[in-house]
Amino acid sequence: MENTAIAVTGLRKTYGDKVVLDGIGFEVASGSVFSMLGPNGAGKTTTVNVLTTLMKPDAGAIRVAGFDVATQTKQVRSAIGVTGQFAAVDELLTGRENLRMMADLKRIRSAGQLVSGLLERFELSEAADKQASTYSGGMRRKLDLAMTLVGSPQIIFLDEPTTGLDPRSRRTMWEIVRELVAEGTTIFLTTQYLDEADQLAGQIAVLDGGRVVAHGTPEELKRQIPGTHVRLRFATLAELDSAARVLPSGTRDESELTLRVPGDGTSRALRALLDRLDEHGLDSEEFSVHTPDLDDVFLALTGQPADGESAAQAAQSDQSNQSTHPATEATAS
Amino acid sequence: MSTPSTALGDSAIMLRRNFRHTVRNPVTVFNAILFPIVMMLMFVYVFGGAFKVPGSYVDYAVPGLIVMAITYGLGPTATSVNDDMTKGIINRFKTMDVSRGAVLTGHVVATTVRSVIAVGAIIGVGFAMGFRSHGSLLDWLGAIGLVLLLAFATSWLTVAMGLAAKSVESAGLATVPLIMLPFLSSAFVPASTMKTGVKQFAEYQPFTPIIETLRGLLSGGHLTTSHTVQALAWCVGFAVLGYLWAVSTFKKRA
Repeated sequence: MENTAIAVTGLRKTYGDKVVLDGIGFEVASGSVFSMLGPNGAGKTTTVNVLTTLMKPDAGAIRVAGFDVATQTKQVRSAIGVTGQFAAVDELLTGRENLRMMADLKRIRSAGQLVSGLLERFELSEAADKQASTYSGGMRRKLDLAMTLVGSPQIIFLDEPTTGLDPRSRRTMWEIVRELVAEGTTIFLTTQYLDEADQLAGQIAVLDGGRVVAHGTPEELKRQIPGTHVRLRFATLAELDSAARVLPSGTRDESELTLRVPGDGTSRALRALLDRLDEHGLDSEEFSVHTPDLDDVFLALTGQPADGESAAQAAQSDQSNQSTHPATEATAS
Repeated sequence: MSTPSTALGDSAIMLRRNFRHTVRNPVTVFNAILFPIVMMLMFVYVFGGAFKVPGSYVDYAVPGLIVMAITYGLGPTATSVNDDMTKGIINRFKTMDVSRGAVLTGHVVATTVRSVIAVGAIIGVGFAMGFRSHGSLLDWLGAIGLVLLLAFATSWLTVAMGLAAKSVESAGLATVPLIMLPFLSSAFVPASTMKTGVKQFAEYQPFTPIIETLRGLLSGGHLTTSHTVQALAWCVGFAVLGYLWAVSTFKKRA
């Protein structure tokens, strides 16, 4: 029983007519990182809200830290820590006072050392006595997470912890997640980024339109999606045809005059590919290496782009500026 | 559910938070404490001479200014309650094992205390400006009781308004009627001197009986039973309405 931190079966939640969660289920092992991957509006935040007792589900059995969220709300709350999508810090209080308040609410005595330890760990010591309203977005996120860690909760929920962060802060956040897991904390993480889930999670559930459309380890999921490929664009149809004959593994797209050739993106494979084109006197107009992203995962798993809006944007930007958006190409075929 | 002692502890932590907010927000301090004093200086030294009231004007105006000191401090409470609800912080508290009502009682107690400080300042400056009371100790205790009751009642009402408002701006606006009502009461001139229509409004609105009762107590015993009963009824009514509205809105937004 101690091995399962979170157990969910048949979770349903509707807002009026709109079904947000359509009977989802999953299990999270203690001391692991579980990532829920999905586009905006997939139901990730609703799932977090239900698991953290902010929202009541319409149906489903949910146990967090061994307690039923419906009947043992108090025990669930004592076991968890939550960092939501929007920094939940008190802007009129200083960083130190925010942490102090958390320690007070958790009835931690003589919290001075704990507070300064957290400030140091999150590189906030210098700004500790400034009001949080003066903090940058990244600092606020860090303070938010530091507040969540006060009292060392067994299970931590992170709802899109790195959305909007610069690459450096993002890596700091990943480091912290890894440290927490090493200490035995269970992490439930939602993200829109495949690489983030890939980097951190032991198990990933892909959520789309309120359903878990795939579930497994990062390796298992990646096997299901199109791998890295090279995209070649030619000036004429004739050139495309001859290239397709030379590279039979490629998929041609006549309207775009492109050929997609699967490959692993290493320099050796690329050199071989280019050499082969050269041998046959072929020259591509444009050359790009395409690594799989969330759109590919959704395309592969649901047969539909991740979300209508970004697909439309992708189509638009494809027309206006083809060369800079190789990654959005997946939505076109 | 949490035991009374933890609820009390949580409320104390929230109260400390709200006090810090007040101290760090100069606008709040100005609105709640300095502005009523500025009003008093204006009414007593500028307009007061033109008004016909029984006795000295400062004696007449102080009870009304006490009520204004209470209502003027409400705006910041409504906005900060709304701020708590619209920003992420409330969700943090709600996912913790923290007494649910503590956030609200923190606001109510902080607002009440702020009002009492503002009232103290008004009375202090009033004395310096020549205000004299003929009330007995018992009258004063009665006046203090009524001030506390009114501050408590309007705090709950304001917290409810802050919770119900869709945005911080509309929360601030929601308290404007509470701030305006004392102007249309017997706070600065007797209702009997007003034009028909306004006069009736002034006579039947909540603040006139409250101010008249305070005035009676502070001047030493010209209490009208009907005013006193109305004053208490309005205060209790505000408190009950505010509390119920606040709690139900809080649950809905939770």
